[in-house]
Amino acid sequence: MSRLKILALLPLAAALSGCNYVVLAPAGDIAAQQRDLVIISTILMLLIVVPVMALTVLFAWRYRQSNTSARYEPDWDHSTKLELVIWSAPLLIIVCLGALTWMGTHLLDPYRNIGRIHAERAVDQSKAPLDVDVVALDWKWLFIYPDYGIATVNELAAPVDRPINFHITASSVMNSFYIPALAGQIYAMPGMETSLHAVINHAGTYRGFSANYSGAGFSGMHFNFHGLDDKGFDSWVAQAKSARGSLGRAEYLQLEKPSENEPVRRWGTVDSDLYRLILNMCVETGKMCQSEMMAIDAKGGNGHEGLNNTLPLSYDKYARRGTVLGPEPTFVVGTCTPDAPQGQTTAAIKAPLDTAPLLGAGLKRPTFAPLKSSSFFLGQRPKSDS
Amino acid sequence: MTVAVNPTQTGEPVFYLADEHPHPEGYSTSLGFWIYLMSDCLIFAMLFAAFGVLGANYAAGPAPKDLFDLNLVAVNTSMLLLSSITYGFAMLTMQQNKVAQTQMWLLITGLFGAAFIGIELTEFTHMIHEGATPQRSAFLSAFFTLVGTHGLHVSCGLIWLVTLMIQVWRFGLIEANRRRLMCLSMFWHFLDVVWIGVFTFVYLLGVLR
Amino acid sequence: MSPDLLKFIFGRLGIDSLPLHEPILVGTFIMVALGGITLLAGVTYFRLWGYLWREWFTTVDHKRIGVMYMILGIVMLLRGFADALMMRAQQAMAFNGSEGFLPAHHYDQVFTAHGVIMIFFVAMPLVTGLMNFVVPLQIGARDVSFPFLNNFSFWMTVGGAVLVMLSLFIGEFARTGWLAYPPLSNIGYSPDVGVDYYIWGLQVAGVGTTLSGINLICTIVKLRCPGMTMMRMPVFTWTSLCTNILIVASFPVLTVVLALLSLDRYVGTNFFTNDFGGSPMMYVNLIWIWGHPEVYILVLPAFGIFSEVTSTFSGKRLFGYTSMVYATVVITILSYLVWLHHFFTMGSGASVNSFFGITTMIISIPTGAKMFNWLFTMYRGRIRYELPMMWTIAFMLTFVIGGMTGVLLAVPPADFVLHNSLFLIAHFHNVIIGGVVFGAFAGINYWFPKAFGFRLDPFWGKCSFWFWVTGFYMAFMPLYVLGLMGVTRRLRVFDDPSLQIWFVIAAIGAVLVFLGILSMLMQFAVSFLKREQLKDVTGDPWDARTLEWATSSPPPDYNFAFTPVVHDNDAWWDMKKRGYQRPLLGFKAIHMPSSTGTGIILAGLATAMGFGLIWYIWWLAALSFIAMLAVGIGHTFNYHRDFDIPADDVIRTEDARTKLLAGAK
Repeated sequence: MSRLKILALLPLAAALSGCNYVVLAPAGDIAAQQRDLVIISTILMLLIVVPVMALTVLFAWRYRQSNTSARYEPDWDHSTKLELVIWSAPLLIIVCLGALTWMGTHLLDPYRNIGRIHAERAVDQSKAPLDVDVVALDWKWLFIYPDYGIATVNELAAPVDRPINFHITASSVMNSFYIPALAGQIYAMPGMETSLHAVINHAGTYRGFSANYSGAGFSGMHFNFHGLDDKGFDSWVAQAKSARGSLGRAEYLQLEKPSENEPVRRWGTVDSDLYRLILNMCVETGKMCQSEMMAIDAKGGNGHEGLNNTLPLSYDKYARRGTVLGPEPTFVVGTCTPDAPQGQTTAAIKAPLDTAPLLGAGLKRPTFAPLKSSSFFLGQRPKSDS
Repeated sequence: MTVAVNPTQTGEPVFYLADEHPHPEGYSTSLGFWIYLMSDCLIFAMLFAAFGVLGANYAAGPAPKDLFDLNLVAVNTSMLLLSSITYGFAMLTMQQNKVAQTQMWLLITGLFGAAFIGIELTEFTHMIHEGATPQRSAFLSAFFTLVGTHGLHVSCGLIWLVTLMIQVWRFGLIEANRRRLMCLSMFWHFLDVVWIGVFTFVYLLGVLR
Repeated sequence: MSPDLLKFIFGRLGIDSLPLHEPILVGTFIMVALGGITLLAGVTYFRLWGYLWREWFTTVDHKRIGVMYMILGIVMLLRGFADALMMRAQQAMAFNGSEGFLPAHHYDQVFTAHGVIMIFFVAMPLVTGLMNFVVPLQIGARDVSFPFLNNFSFWMTVGGAVLVMLSLFIGEFARTGWLAYPPLSNIGYSPDVGVDYYIWGLQVAGVGTTLSGINLICTIVKLRCPGMTMMRMPVFTWTSLCTNILIVASFPVLTVVLALLSLDRYVGTNFFTNDFGGSPMMYVNLIWIWGHPEVYILVLPAFGIFSEVTSTFSGKRLFGYTSMVYATVVITILSYLVWLHHFFTMGSGASVNSFFGITTMIISIPTGAKMFNWLFTMYRGRIRYELPMMWTIAFMLTFVIGGMTGVLLAVPPADFVLHNSLFLIAHFHNVIIGGVVFGAFAGINYWFPKAFGFRLDPFWGKCSFWFWVTGFYMAFMPLYVLGLMGVTRRLRVFDDPSLQIWFVIAAIGAVLVFLGILSMLMQFAVSFLKREQLKDVTGDPWDARTLEWATSSPPPDYNFAFTPVVHDNDAWWDMKKRGYQRPLLGFKAIHMPSSTGTGIILAGLATAMGFGLIWYIWWLAALSFIAMLAVGIGHTFNYHRDFDIPADDVIRTEDARTKLLAGAK
């Protein structure tokens, strides 16, 4: 049958065995355990899949019409024993697989602190893990090392055998943070934080990328992940430290604008609050942070005063247009942010005010300005200064 | 339709009906309409779920207790409940074949329904005028959509009601019209039930929250 | 004209909305236009408009509507497959610094359109078409419960397809992936018409699908012929019942999700926005609450087809009918408890993930039982290798692989490394092509003689079969491999040259599948030309078992001159065995529904309304909406929707068949 075709392809496959089956041969302990699970589950299922396929071929051949020597029982349609077998055989496999799943899922939960460096070595609790803040931007990755005060774009490094705690968020749309050699992926979502705990066991350079389509520049949204020995990592940090420039709020707002195929960039100093502000979507001055908003909401909202604490959005990386039937886009004004205590202006930190539509390659400039007609839904239209 | 599947006198099995009556018109209608109502119910279930997820996300804006006027909502609810009762009377009189009285009860039902819609629109315009627009927060988006979808359903029910009144007036309480009145009745009571959910989960629990 | 007036008339539609700068699209448009003009000219020249309108467009006959669904599915298959070829070519080319031939703007539309079209406008119409054609015949009914609704549902599906096709030449399609996750699909990040085409195309078609679901449930529950208890229904009817229950219980969810997304896009509400308390994760949950049952909506009828085919061509009763039915019902119920396995990586806790992982695995138990039931139906049978049976064997061998990789993906930690990878792509093509598409082809080859009175040509059918099967394996086995190399989906360019060979193999596979599709079209053409040779006068060319084979091929308008009475699961087999004599006398007039043009008019207006909403042409949307209301209400004033086929006509039809049958002997 068609399987012959696959067999014919085998020599070709052998010729290609130089390929890097990174999922099956990873370099990090978490990914290795996930690989083990892939293999064990496959073998478990092959226990039933192989016999089924063999029986299919056998029966298909044996009971062909031309083979009149085979038994023919046109009215045989029930056998309680067989029924028991055909329901219980898959059931047994699934019971095993289910137990495996329950344990594996809990052990390899990306939120869980890892307990071991690799099969033979437990985590040394006295040593602090490496913290990395990850931000998926359009269309590049920003990595902030809070302990070292450095930041990079599209380059990630970590020392071998030291647990890494990733805190992951995104600036605009959903992405998925994935370094196949290190550990499984997890979504990066705006205004939300996911995390991933992992460790790299072998030095080397591995590929990382976004595994969830996020727009025009998605294909170029990858980076190199360097597993380095301790010395190598220190010198990598020192190199980053020596990079000129610091990543503050204004620089970040420039950086988060859509761009494609970004080269590696490094910053020697980083605003220590930046990641928190990105996560809470309040890097722009005056905008209320999510954490603050959620605290207010938990106490029952801002009441009638809350009706008017919005302002037209003047900064947006996409220069977002309003909806056709709705008002201009607005944002909720922060009442008290660390940088801008109530009543004070924050003239020092200005968002770039260029509201020209800045779009990724391939994205057309919108040719249509929204209708300004009033509508039933509008009510009090916030004044727009644009 | 029950049919004798017994062997004929000769003992031969019967493989077809020699004498057959077609299914009466509208044979599947009430089942079909029920299934439709259940699919509609699912639409409301999803909107309730959305409200459940987003209902406390005020985005530092107003909460239900700042916005809802329970007295108005109570009046509104009574309008809809009364309209259900009057529809019930319409069905009773329909069963007695009293065309004029049926029409009268349908008219009263329609007026109650219209009053319900009117009060709801007043509430909406008031809120929007205050600045509590559907755009202000996810809670308000979910609120306007859930209550608005119910209102849209009632409005459709009103259009249907008027159509049926015209049809009853023109063709009388014929079988087809009775069936249609029955369907609308199910629809109308269904909306009533949904409204009780809205009233409880959105308004009462909202204000208590 | 003033710009305001222009904007009022055309909304955001302008001359620059036409993709004149895309040579591929202009070329396609010219081809489609030429083809379309030829077709229209042909229809006009042969004066077929009246015939088409009276006999097909306005028909309420479930058999013709079923055939029209199949035609829709096959036409859209060509479009969807063109997208697939372009993707395969792009991915095979874009190495070593080459950008391939598709810019992101185009490529991203192509993969979105491919997914949307293949699921909604290929798989769904094929499945719905087969159910529409077969179910009433299998249960011995004259038509469906609501014949007018059936016509309307079909045209709504066409309306959705028309909107999606329009996006090719006017404006653009969504660049979001086939499920259009926000925030990407929200107005801020997709300000163009693409997502609006997506929303309205699916909404219009979705209404049709839901109504058709209600219709078929009622048909199966209410219109079964005497003697056909639930446990005597053919398995295809059972799976159709479950599928339609799934449709009715899941499509409203899609309707709501898309409605909320459109509110976000049109009015600026905050359901799925990042700010103001919106939750994009809610969209992902809701759309998969629809999306997972959708998978079973497609595959259950295919399971039904395989059951019918296996038992017919093995010349045996279906093994384990009861457990087959229970397996179907269990799958139906469980399909609502697994939606989260599509996004284990969104960060739910381990307990939630393992719950959904394990429920997913549990589904493989009834599915496995079904597989064994088919196996043991073949056991001690006399298997005739006609085309439907060949597709069935190919399905059994292919589907277990897809099922296995599916269960593998249901293990959350395994999913973390394989999610969104080409392994996943290979998996779901493995189950959808191996299950649904093979099933549809088995069904087409099986029931074609019933629909048209002649068999399909076996030579071209076999060509199609072998091209499809080998092409499928060549196209998707490399994707499994690539997935294990950590290659993710929807990438447009690659920088690792060692991957290229796999993409080239996959592209060759796609070309083979294309040859398979061409052979299938050739099969239709050749069979039509050789229809006298392939003619089937008996109405039962396969020596089959269920009731649809008891009547003539093609069946008369009224399906059965006398309502059949059933005594066994395999009703027709039972009738043949016990010496059933076809009645020759005593025919009476038969009450049937009459044709109506309301369905096509309403669907046309709905499509126009969708177009108006997509392009912000408010007057068009409003007018179409009001017109829909008026036409709909107007339709309710028509109380005379039935007519009687006079007894003389029935006698004439049945006598003609008597002669044919005599001639066959």
